[in-house]
Amino acid sequence: MHVMFFTERAYHAVPEDEVFKIRSFFGVPNKFFDAQKGSQLLNEYIDEKIMCDELGFDGLMLNEHHGTPFCMGAVMDVEAAVLARATKRAKIVLLGNPIPTVANPLRLAEELAMIDMISGGRLVPGWVRGAGSEQLANNANPAYNREYFDEAHDLILAAWTRPGPFRWEGKHFHYRFVNPWVLPLQKPHPPIWIPGLISPETVKWCAHHRYPYVALATLLKPTLEMFNMYAKIAGDLGYQAGPENFGYLQPVFCADTEEKAEELGKNFLFGGGFSHFARPEWMFPPGYNSKEATRRLASQAANPNLPGHGLLDHDPENDAELQALKKSLYGTYPEWLRQSQMITGTPKTIVPKLRHVLEVLRPGIFSFWLDGPAPLKDRRRCVELLGKEVLPAMHEIGKELGLTDPFQVKPGSRQLSNGKAEAVGRADLIAESTIGA
Amino acid sequence: MHIMWFTERAYHYLPEEEVLKRRSFFGVPNTFFDAEKGSQLLNQYLDEKIYSDELGFDGVMLNEHHGTPFCMGAVMDVEAAVLARATKRVRIVLLGNPIPTVANPLRLAEELAMIDMISGGRLVPGWVRGAGSEQLANNANPAYNREYFDEAHDLILAAWTRPGPFRWESKHFHFRFVNPWVLPLQKPHPPIWIPGLISPETVKWCAAHKYPYVALATMLKPTLEIWDLYTAEAAAHGYQAGPENFGYLQPIFVHETEEKADELGKNFLFGGGFANFARPEWMFPPGYNSKEATRRLASLYANPNLPGKTLVPQHLHSMNDIAAIKKAVYDNYESSKESLQIITGTPKSVMPKLRKVLEVLRPGIFSFWLDGPSPRADRLTCLKLLGTEVLPAVREIGKELGLADPFQVAPGSRPLAASGRPERVGSPEALAAI
Amino acid sequence: MAETSHQEETFRVGETELRVIKGGQGKPLLVFHGELGFPGWLQWLEALAKKRTLWIPLHPGFGKTPMASWIMNMRDLGAFYARFIREQKLAPVDVIGFSLGGWLAAEMAVANSGQFGKMVLVGAAGLKPPSGEIMDMFTMTARGYLNANVIDSRNNPEFAKLFGGEQTPEQFEAWEDARAETARIAWAPYMYTQSMPELLANVAGLPTLILWGKQDPVTPLSAGELYHQKIAGSKLVTFDNCGHMPAVEKPADFIKAIESFLG
Repeated sequence: MHVMFFTERAYHAVPEDEVFKIRSFFGVPNKFFDAQKGSQLLNEYIDEKIMCDELGFDGLMLNEHHGTPFCMGAVMDVEAAVLARATKRAKIVLLGNPIPTVANPLRLAEELAMIDMISGGRLVPGWVRGAGSEQLANNANPAYNREYFDEAHDLILAAWTRPGPFRWEGKHFHYRFVNPWVLPLQKPHPPIWIPGLISPETVKWCAHHRYPYVALATLLKPTLEMFNMYAKIAGDLGYQAGPENFGYLQPVFCADTEEKAEELGKNFLFGGGFSHFARPEWMFPPGYNSKEATRRLASQAANPNLPGHGLLDHDPENDAELQALKKSLYGTYPEWLRQSQMITGTPKTIVPKLRHVLEVLRPGIFSFWLDGPAPLKDRRRCVELLGKEVLPAMHEIGKELGLTDPFQVKPGSRQLSNGKAEAVGRADLIAESTIGA
Repeated sequence: MHIMWFTERAYHYLPEEEVLKRRSFFGVPNTFFDAEKGSQLLNQYLDEKIYSDELGFDGVMLNEHHGTPFCMGAVMDVEAAVLARATKRVRIVLLGNPIPTVANPLRLAEELAMIDMISGGRLVPGWVRGAGSEQLANNANPAYNREYFDEAHDLILAAWTRPGPFRWESKHFHFRFVNPWVLPLQKPHPPIWIPGLISPETVKWCAAHKYPYVALATMLKPTLEIWDLYTAEAAAHGYQAGPENFGYLQPIFVHETEEKADELGKNFLFGGGFANFARPEWMFPPGYNSKEATRRLASLYANPNLPGKTLVPQHLHSMNDIAAIKKAVYDNYESSKESLQIITGTPKSVMPKLRKVLEVLRPGIFSFWLDGPSPRADRLTCLKLLGTEVLPAVREIGKELGLADPFQVAPGSRPLAASGRPERVGSPEALAAI
Repeated sequence: MAETSHQEETFRVGETELRVIKGGQGKPLLVFHGELGFPGWLQWLEALAKKRTLWIPLHPGFGKTPMASWIMNMRDLGAFYARFIREQKLAPVDVIGFSLGGWLAAEMAVANSGQFGKMVLVGAAGLKPPSGEIMDMFTMTARGYLNANVIDSRNNPEFAKLFGGEQTPEQFEAWEDARAETARIAWAPYMYTQSMPELLANVAGLPTLILWGKQDPVTPLSAGELYHQKIAGSKLVTFDNCGHMPAVEKPADFIKAIESFLG
């Protein structure tokens, strides 16, 4: 099992009310950004990643967002470059580069090649379509998002593997002299993992490419359904999906006492927390969604992880409403905990909870997620406990449950038994527990 | 005086014949690239930069080229990011980012902001139009190169200094939600320096923006002339240029003996050496040059540093006589040393030569340049001698000659004399004495 | 009041089945809808239908007419309709275009002004406004954008008739389709053709009426004035206390202006 650490590198000095007023992290005016504080924080996040390397985590996971205090990793490859040299053994896992927004995918191919070279072949690049807001921040036409994604993906792989010089003339990207003089150290190219919020289109695409799919803190039940959709498509394509095809990101808050851990966890909801606080016009720019996704949305599919869900009709100028909104948001905390959306506790108490998640989803890739404006020493203690006490336990459970990671078993290399795909995960365990969806 | 160290991060495990055959580094197929060897080299170059920091250099200078074994810094910001954290005090000087080729200048603004943040405010970004070949490698329309350059420059500065969100709708770049949540630590924005091969258009543009101009190992005489152009333009904008407005990059090869240094210097000409070996169709893609530049080129303006001005005699162009081409390239070595285009020697013997360059050009920014496929041990010896012996001596000369750098005197802050006439910065008299 | 009957017909344009709403009687009048699709049977259509046969094509990709993936910019869409006009033998046909549809008409007129008899542009996109900027619909919800189109979205019966009440799933989907297709065509530069001021010289001789709300918050009046200045012989009529939808906000004045121009 490949166990990683992740954090969004949020800028915490933003006044929470500004986020509530706009009902979104994206769009908060950057006049609230203090570069002095931001620099200090950004370096602290890098320190944390280096600490994780020393603690023995298998991977350091990064992501990227533009124009939002939620994540200062506007160009995460900058951080990846730092880590390529400042860490020694951990994989640098990028989940993922928003390839439809970069405009020059060839430069990205060079960028990642250099990072792989500098890190000694420790890079795991991943691709995302980018949240809706990334399209606005980069002015990348969302109506062509999927086409850009497919084309940029193909171009980057070609740049890495096809001898140059060659011409590339697609619908959106035009190059007539592709011949990069930096290429990834890992051959034929670095392993590619894809993160997501369980959109069926992306899951299907992953199964076809035999790319591991990493679900980002989505609810257990729909996540397992999606894993099984992957497994079914894999079966149609002639292979059995295994733990090496799946990953899961889990918010985990660990402390020396239960109370402290719970306090830490509550910070996760700052400003509305992960994706629950974004305006639909920014999350769903024109043409960003497929027809199917638009229809799902139109029928108000009851997935609480859909950004923008339920908070559409508030008046930003009404302070009473703002406070009520805030109160109701923090009021959902017990529900978050109940649904395993967040796990808090001491090393001793969280391991059984984590075991449950691992038993249900059976992922070969797992990442802890720590976020929220907690004091530095609490964060550090959390990372330390995770690394020293929880991580070894996770490795043990992984071994016991046979959760092979993509470095142990090549994704897509498992044979079908009797020519039929077996279901993955343990749906039956979800119903038995208090953890529902 | 701000003293830096520079190297191109070349990929050296390349048969020289492949370059000579094509008369260009750009365009050599990347099938000759071995990622194992490349990775090792790239990390060694980073080691050198970190070592420079420890040796007390003021700056480490990086540049960027695409699709050429001449430079593995295809995205130099990756290296800058590494150095932001791996070094402690040096300035990280990027000369420069080819802004017309990046396609998304806002992402570049974010990238650089993060590097400035991580380095604790040690970034010096610079911009270039990019060599002609960069336009081909990135498929950036060269006919709009200058327009891309101007617009991208303005957009990046706006992203760094104008409160967001705002709209940016210019001829080539369209953004309707500019609101980056990473901004440079240095306020109002990091200092900007511009490197170049003494193109008058760029030099004038620099003078108008009060940006220091760093000449990249160009011949002393035309460089001095271009200083005068900058100074005149500066006067037109109401200020007196000083050493803080000028920088110079100097190939230099130092070793314990003259012979060894000489050997090192000769490697600089590998494959045809710096810029002297590039095909005009790749260096001058359509529309890349201004009308004026095209006319200068048409009249075969005699600056050997102009890219495409090949050292290969015309009659050899169509030949496959690699040996003859090679001979022509290396025959040029002695004259390059005489004109101080290349300086070689022991720490002791290079000093008078360096002093001459400094006396002629009087730059406030100065960079040593080491390149060529020399053994690693020799490179490290050179770097060590430069850092421990040459660097302190150059610093002394800088003090003696009053060569203020941009951190000592803000470029553009010097008042003009009451007469309104600018004083010349360099010294033709010193040049005449060479 | 009973509406004049109108119905959808399907025409083949190359590979595409173009849906066209047709109604009324008399000489054809081509109506190009705007960036959020055909809003519905408005008062002015009812008035015009008495003398003209209204042809209201539903643009490819806006929901009813399937998307044509080769259409990536306004020139492509213009060429699509040029073929439609040619094959239906409609030329020279009178045309009226609203907002994005106005841009479409202008783009077609600069390519071949002979395909039109008379042209009416209403709050047309297509030009970078000399002052102000075109409201960015892509950072707003469809509903929010519509509300911001008019000066008073709450007290306008015509507007309420079209867009009042809760947003239905069908409406949501139709708007999303419209927004997506508009993005494909008009994302950047946003809602204009950079060379349009120069291209408009080719419209000389085509009788052109330019209608604009004086307080248009979407396409500032400065753009209307520039159209007027660049199209020789054009006539500019503005409506006071009116936003981007004079057909909805000032129906009577709007109908009068059009009727007197079309004759």
